[in-house]
Amino acid sequence: MDYTVIIGLEVHVQLLTKTKLYCGCANLFNPDNPNVQTCPVCLGLPGSLPVLNKRAVELAVRTGLALNLDISQYTKWDRKQYYYPDLPKNYQISQYDLPITHDGWLEIEVNADTGERKRVGIIRAHLEEDAGKNMHDERGRGDSQVDLNRAGTPLLEIVSKTDIRSAAEARKYLEELKLLLLYLGVSDCNMQEGSLRCDANVNLHVHTNDGHNIPTPITEIKNVNSFRNVELAITSEVERQFEEYKRTGKKLGDPGATKETRGFNAATGKTFAQRGKEEAHDYRYFPEPDLCPVTFTEEQIQAVRESLIEFPADRRTRMQAAYQISPYDAAVIVDQQTEFADFYETVAKGCGDGKQAANWMTQDVLREMNDRKLTIGTFPIRPEVLCAILKKINQGDITIKAGRDVFMALLEDASMGTDVIIDPERVDRIIAEKGLAIVKDTGAIEAAIAAAIAKNEKAVADFKSGKQAAVGKLIGEVMKQCKGADPQTVRTMLLETLAKA
Amino acid sequence: MSITGATTTELLERLERGDLTSVDVTSAYLDVIEKRDGQVKAFLLVDREDALRQAEAVDKKRKSGTAMGALAGVPIAIKDVLCTKGVRTTCASKILENFVPPYDAHVIERLKAADAVLVGKTNMDEFAMGSSTENSAYQVTRNPWDLDRTPGGSSGGSAAAVAAAMSPVSIGTDTGGSIRMPASYCGVVGLKPTYGRVSRYGLVAYGSSLDQVGPFANDVRGAAVVLEAIAGHDPRDSTSLDEPVPSYTESLEQPLRGLSIGIAKEHFVAGLDAEVEKAVRAALDVYRSLGAEIREVTLPHSEYAIAVYYLIAASEASSNLARYDGVHYGHRAEKFNDLIDMYSASRGEGFGAEVKRRIMLGTYALSAGYYDAYYLKALKVRRLIRQDFDKAFADVDVIASPVAPTAAFRIGELVTDPLAMYLSDIYTISANLAGIPGISVPAGMTTNGLPIGLQLLGPTFSEERLLRAARMLEKHTEWHKLRPPV
Ligand SMILES: [Zn+2]
Repeated sequence: MDYTVIIGLEVHVQLLTKTKLYCGCANLFNPDNPNVQTCPVCLGLPGSLPVLNKRAVELAVRTGLALNLDISQYTKWDRKQYYYPDLPKNYQISQYDLPITHDGWLEIEVNADTGERKRVGIIRAHLEEDAGKNMHDERGRGDSQVDLNRAGTPLLEIVSKTDIRSAAEARKYLEELKLLLLYLGVSDCNMQEGSLRCDANVNLHVHTNDGHNIPTPITEIKNVNSFRNVELAITSEVERQFEEYKRTGKKLGDPGATKETRGFNAATGKTFAQRGKEEAHDYRYFPEPDLCPVTFTEEQIQAVRESLIEFPADRRTRMQAAYQISPYDAAVIVDQQTEFADFYETVAKGCGDGKQAANWMTQDVLREMNDRKLTIGTFPIRPEVLCAILKKINQGDITIKAGRDVFMALLEDASMGTDVIIDPERVDRIIAEKGLAIVKDTGAIEAAIAAAIAKNEKAVADFKSGKQAAVGKLIGEVMKQCKGADPQTVRTMLLETLAKA
Repeated sequence: MSITGATTTELLERLERGDLTSVDVTSAYLDVIEKRDGQVKAFLLVDREDALRQAEAVDKKRKSGTAMGALAGVPIAIKDVLCTKGVRTTCASKILENFVPPYDAHVIERLKAADAVLVGKTNMDEFAMGSSTENSAYQVTRNPWDLDRTPGGSSGGSAAAVAAAMSPVSIGTDTGGSIRMPASYCGVVGLKPTYGRVSRYGLVAYGSSLDQVGPFANDVRGAAVVLEAIAGHDPRDSTSLDEPVPSYTESLEQPLRGLSIGIAKEHFVAGLDAEVEKAVRAALDVYRSLGAEIREVTLPHSEYAIAVYYLIAASEASSNLARYDGVHYGHRAEKFNDLIDMYSASRGEGFGAEVKRRIMLGTYALSAGYYDAYYLKALKVRRLIRQDFDKAFADVDVIASPVAPTAAFRIGELVTDPLAMYLSDIYTISANLAGIPGISVPAGMTTNGLPIGLQLLGPTFSEERLLRAARMLEKHTEWHKLRPPV
């Protein structure tokens, strides 16, 4: 008996607008000063009316296009009605049957080794308002408080199809989605601050030995606070459901086996049933009479489409081809966001060696950036300077090791806080000061070899008696004299001289 | 002539000429309120000092030679469903007994900008749900023409205030006839504007897709001045339309040439009181004598209007009133066990019977499994009702009809029979469903001395036409000059 895992994800993303979705209050994360970003509208005071934030609509369309969704030519808002203290009107202005965008997909990599990719279908992404935040006092009734700073923040709810087949795929989907949203600049996707939240719907199709497919009851895992925990929660939930099925044989649709809400305990690594009645909610949706429906023309949608920047997946593919780099390097670079990828492309183009540029960016630059707590924007070595170093290496003017020395010396310059200007000229100066230039004058090398042989009779004798290692001492001796010489050249010339002697 | 006996037109002239100060006018009206409102009970709140302070400020402004607003120095009463900054706004409900809004409704801002003097907040049916002002949690307003009768509703307080000369003009709201019907019962002018003509920002919602704010006045010009002051686009109300506001007062005296008036055969059927019908027909004769042509039109879906209205209005109300839960503001029960219990107890104590009835009706109509059969079906029929009017207005300029089937009924007469009460709105409700404007203008008296109004309906944004047509009748009749016995 084995099974297929069926997963669908619902992701709520707060949009990066200046103001809230239906009023002019600031859209800022501000948990320390409760109820300061409020007005009659987001407080739900009698007589107040919502006015739709155009920027939020624009960001929703942008996201929709990036997720290959159809933009509805006619969309409207509906009231979703339920009572809760963090919802001051006791209805949420959401979208029911005509969401602003629908039917698209997000492509994710499912096998890092083969580069195999798959499309996860997206049913819809709709625009709605966030609720406030209840702050419960556990001591008992009456002491709970509500902060409405967040009430009315624009949210995009992105609902995937149940196309996801493993916990790892779910994580991949979330990572790819987050990357895309960051690229689009529509959200800061900060899970700690709640600007990206994820619920996972999970069940199994158990394949019985007699050839039947039995669906297990669906579980909705709510409010998991990191992608890693989403992966862990699904993994443990899959195991739990299979064990439960083997134990009880309960399948979807059996009495009392419809949909269950569960939480995730990161400490135990297990999901747990959430308390509270599982009532079937009737949200009594109906069209919001205080807002007018919104229509889009083909031209308006086209204008947004044209304003979009290249999506991460496209950029990875293009960069692989353009610079002859591996899928892995392309992914590492694109994952670091637009500015980093732009930096890389400038270097790759400038030095004419995309592979070399990728090595430096994914190793040296990234490592130093992280160690020194810098961003690519504040990194002191600018693309043209890195380019100058890489060019010197490519032209055989300096060794890779010497290049690293220059790179580190420049960072030292920057960390000293001196007013040294870090530019290509500075690269030349460091090479000169440290004598890092490769010595191409064979005459000088020949002289140094002769001197070394004369000075180290014992080493020469050892070498002649068959001790190959003794040549190292001689090479070191020569290198000391000619700092910029290529060790390989020195070695060849030295062996030739010894053979003749 | 006494100040409070004057029409709004005369009052405005005398104020402008400087014959009267706003303090003179305001104190005269405040005196009448003091004298009469103990019986009429039109006001829920009157702040004498504050009203006089406003009046003084207006007089001072006039003395300084500054350009004055259109309602400079004129007292106005406000239905207690419009938010007034720092002034208690109850919607005549226990649940908002202590609610003091931190902001002014758009209409209030406009009135203040027009230099009007806000004298007080008037009684109404709780949350504007009712046709008699008996559904107030605080008091029953009486018809100044006969204290045993209702002033109509839901804006009964505002209508009675004008009829009893406690204010020359006032503000009401009309969701299914709540301005026109009490205007007719009280013998004053009342106008419901086109949906979207006046911003609803700060109007406590009952039926969001039907609610409109409009004026009451003791003459047509008074209604025109107030409408001109409060109409126009407001970006805070997405359903407010960006249409220019014509000067209603400027064109008011120009009679409409070649006016064609439609009468719908569906309006003259069983249930219509003979005296009311006689008054309507007499008014039509006046128009005929002024050169108007009367034509029959048909509004075939009007028989469904009441049913459609009570589904749509109640559905929207059930949602709009969900926010009154005792959590953030308003009445909270003292004793409760948990959150759900706090909701139930607070709402159970805070709402009156009619409000509860409509919340239940609306909740039911929006429930899964019933939505298509009730709410969605109602929306479809609403479209047909609108189309009826579109077709009719292709043939005629205005449609004339009774405002209500009878003159004012007795207090208590219909409280036990909500369905009969609902039928009193039969002539007014279609206009709200269609979003078109309507006016009620005094057009007669019953033999036992109760006013009868004539309703004129026009296509969207035809307020100017309706006011001019109403003025034609007013000019050639004396009904608006009659005042209730003191
Ligand atoms: Zn706000």
